[in-house]
Amino acid sequence: MLGKKNRPPAEIPSSSMSDIAFLLLVFFLLVSNVDTDKGLGVVLPPPGDSEIKLNPKNITMVLINANGDVLFNEDVIPIDQITAHARQLEAGNPNMVFSVQTDRKTKYQDYIDVVDQLTAANVKKLALIGTQ
Amino acid sequence: MAIKKKSKPKAGIPTSSMSDIIFMLLIFFMAATSLKTVEGLKVKLPRARSIAKLDTPKQSVLFVFIDRTGNISIQDKLLNVEDVSEVIYPLRRNDNMLTISLRSDQETQMGMVSDVQNELRDASALKVNYSAKPK
Repeated sequence: MLGKKNRPPAEIPSSSMSDIAFLLLVFFLLVSNVDTDKGLGVVLPPPGDSEIKLNPKNITMVLINANGDVLFNEDVIPIDQITAHARQLEAGNPNMVFSVQTDRKTKYQDYIDVVDQLTAANVKKLALIGTQ
Repeated sequence: MAIKKKSKPKAGIPTSSMSDIIFMLLIFFMAATSLKTVEGLKVKLPRARSIAKLDTPKQSVLFVFIDRTGNISIQDKLLNVEDVSEVIYPLRRNDNMLTISLRSDQETQMGMVSDVQNELRDASALKVNYSAKPK
């Protein structure tokens, strides 16, 4: 008597497939960070100490000292008022150049605050002279 | 004459194609993910309001890290300030679009940042982006 053997069907169980895929999906969703690099764009002046003669009327000096105090055209003003002042000057004179200078010990955050404020005022001509 | 039952369409989300869709998404995220651990130095980026997305293609962006003690790192190599322009100049010559993404710590002293900027100017890499986080 030859009884047929009951063989289990050779198949990959597909019911759990989507669960596994889901798990992997969630893992990669969490792990992946779509790199978003955001920041303030500036263009540095070309190399060399090329002195460009500017009418002193067209220059606004913005000095930042080591404590983060801002001297804006010889007035000490709070950082959050720079935008308003810059807008005013820019409206009065479209050729205005804003020259930002810092102390060597100024914190980077203070500098970024000032550049941020000037960017918010849509300043087109930004001169970053560097440190004194 | 027998009354035929109207066959109602089944109200259900078709689940047979679900796994295919999920697989597609999975493959997308696997391809999009770069499992690279964070390169460069540990920096706490400054905060700013009027930040914008960098509009340069990714392959033209070069990260320059400056941490709070004044260490400089480019492409996972620690450098002295004087060597920055030497490293960047060949890259700049090969790539017109080269943009420097300056990832500097918020506590870094401006003297260091300024020195690096002067080096960048020497290398003619004039497009700079100050990396910042939204406030």
